[in-house]
Amino acid sequence: MATESAAHEIEQRPEPVSRPKILADGVMGMLLFVFAEIMMFAGLISAHRIVRSQVAGEMWPPYGQPRLPVQETAVNTAALLVSGIVLVFAHLAFKKEASRARLPILIALLLGLFFVGSQGAEWVALLGEGLTIQSSTYGGFFYLIVGAHGLHAIAAILALGWASFELYKGRLTGSQLATVSVFWYFVVLLWPVLYLIVYL
Amino acid sequence: MVEATAEVWHAQHEVHEHHGPQGVLKYLWSTDHKVISMQYLFTGMFMAVVGGFMAYVFRMQLAFPGSSVPGFGIVSPGEYNSLVTNHGSIMIFWVAMPVLIAAFGNFLIPLMIGADDMVFPRINRLSFQVFFISALVILGSLFVEGGGFGGAWTAYPPLSAKGVYNQTPLGATLWLIGVALEFVAFLLGGINFITTLMNARAPGMKAYDIPMVCWMIVIASILFMLSVGPLIAGAVMLLFDQTLGTGFYDPAMGGDPVLWQHLFWFFGHPEVYVVMLPAIGITIDIVATFARKKLFGYKLMLYTTVATGVLSFFVWAHHQFISGIDPRMANVFMVTTLLISVPIAELMFVIIATLYGGSIRLATPMLWALAFIAEFLIGGVTGIFLGASGADIYFHDTYFVLAHFHYTFFPIAIIGTFAALTYWFPKMFGKMMSDKLGKIHFWGTIIPFNFIFIPLFVLGMGGQHRRIYNYQHFPDLAGADFQRLRIIATVALLVMLAFQLVFFYNFIRSLLRGEKAPKNPWNANTLEWTTESPPPHGNWPPDQMPKVYRGPYEYGRPDRESDFWPQDEPA
Repeated sequence: MATESAAHEIEQRPEPVSRPKILADGVMGMLLFVFAEIMMFAGLISAHRIVRSQVAGEMWPPYGQPRLPVQETAVNTAALLVSGIVLVFAHLAFKKEASRARLPILIALLLGLFFVGSQGAEWVALLGEGLTIQSSTYGGFFYLIVGAHGLHAIAAILALGWASFELYKGRLTGSQLATVSVFWYFVVLLWPVLYLIVYL
Repeated sequence: MVEATAEVWHAQHEVHEHHGPQGVLKYLWSTDHKVISMQYLFTGMFMAVVGGFMAYVFRMQLAFPGSSVPGFGIVSPGEYNSLVTNHGSIMIFWVAMPVLIAAFGNFLIPLMIGADDMVFPRINRLSFQVFFISALVILGSLFVEGGGFGGAWTAYPPLSAKGVYNQTPLGATLWLIGVALEFVAFLLGGINFITTLMNARAPGMKAYDIPMVCWMIVIASILFMLSVGPLIAGAVMLLFDQTLGTGFYDPAMGGDPVLWQHLFWFFGHPEVYVVMLPAIGITIDIVATFARKKLFGYKLMLYTTVATGVLSFFVWAHHQFISGIDPRMANVFMVTTLLISVPIAELMFVIIATLYGGSIRLATPMLWALAFIAEFLIGGVTGIFLGASGADIYFHDTYFVLAHFHYTFFPIAIIGTFAALTYWFPKMFGKMMSDKLGKIHFWGTIIPFNFIFIPLFVLGMGGQHRRIYNYQHFPDLAGADFQRLRIIATVALLVMLAFQLVFFYNFIRSLLRGEKAPKNPWNANTLEWTTESPPPHGNWPPDQMPKVYRGPYEYGRPDRESDFWPQDEPA
């Protein structure tokens, strides 16, 4: 009987105090959302690789389709990566004094706008050269994957624009900035992967 | 989680009662997790009636081909395809998911972890609104020109990709949009569930003090969030193929139709576990409560579930054994598929070990929980034959497959739901349900259920293929012995559907005239039973938010007088 009651002993616990929090709610929700997004892009990328691997003789781009502007897009890629680094500095500045983050956030925003704008110009040029979403699976995947990323970039710009506005009003909290930044970093870090896979 | 004083809370409560959105709007525009749970529950129940009616119509067509079905009329081949497709889609996406995950997840997670609401209440409301629109879209798709989509719930291209093949260009696109909106709704809901469980638990509630059903719903949400991405990618590609004329799935344009099957089943197979885990969690909680015994192996169960979740991402290609997959690859997927029965069997044994030596009370929820184990077992065991790539060559696309997954999905979506509904009804609505009517409904559902699907196993082994409108057109399937089995299944379905009236009668009668429910009618330990039935807005007064001192399954301890020990009772 003694051993049995010992088996039923449960640990004595100190009086509980507060709710356990791993991360700020917003950051955690955004991280979960980003994981789902990563899986969506993984789906697009694997579809792209599978279809590409089945093209006879690895003709990629297929005959008669224009090559993608690798060099011009490298500039865009660099701009987007720089915007991510600038946002890291914005974060550090925000921790010292909120208003110091205004300028770096604005720079990041402008770099993001430059990225979306020049990608848009690139699309117009490629459409003129005969690469459309229907012309081949090559074109289809290009517009699908780059377009999906572009929509995310626009969403990220809107979110960071909102954060910037709130910052000027003096209402932005640290966890709000962190939540928006998580999405921005996702857009920034995803792009080099897509660049490697779609353009090269 | 604002810690307000009691006065402030009562003041806010008053404001909410008197100055918030009034009347119907209060229920349509609320951010309260309990109201959203009810919205999901009633929408899901309505869709279940729609899906059940569809099953009735096409089963009548199969048993009595060509005759006019009462309440529907003569079924045309196109209508038959549309009914079969939408029955599957509705039952999985608009019944099993909203009821098991969204309704019970929304209701139970904040209450069981001692929180006042979800961490993102407005996202929660948005989730239901998107879901509601998706339900309207799928219902609307049935009435557009050409009828609802008829390309099966798996929507394989090329049939689903081109209007010239499926003859329902509008229905197919609306179906796809409806499913996509439904995914968005559950993505939002899933983020909420996971964040709430991680961040809003009552003081003192450690990882191993979380009730199993909360863990299961959250693990299911994680699986959903990780698996749905590739399907969304695939669905966008299919939508472009349908509407923009791209050729992602069209071999003539350099695409690959089997690609869709992989993207679909990469989601589709974890999806089975997404709906199964909440049902298992419900069963576990009910079994422990009604066996008055501590859950056998809490941690074992949790780790097993995580293992199931991980494995479930590596089994999808068993759906492609005869779609032209490399046989070496088929072997790999056969092994993983057979492996996943190990953790599931483990869950079963843990539940049975919990029952062993308990003082079992056979109340209605317990009957449903036990039936879940028994019936799901048949579903699991028959899955072994389909997972073996050799046997699957014969069984693929026969009624054996159909009977197999109905033996998994029916226990999950219907038995699991009734278990949960009868168990938590007192907490949800503050009234007791009639146990006697509940038992009549139970036996009236379980017995006919087996009479529906056991004949279909036999038919499947006899070689009867799925998705055939009229078996009289196939001489080797049109025999009288086969037809007799089809009629048995259909008659059993009619009996089962008739017994659902008992449930609806019991449900409405209990709501109106049921006995008032006490706080804790089942003498259970978990936190939701420590508040009023039904819980007020905010669940507990803020100065009485519960604290947790122990795990959720301390039943029948020999060192205590009462046979239960609520989680919030100080030591």
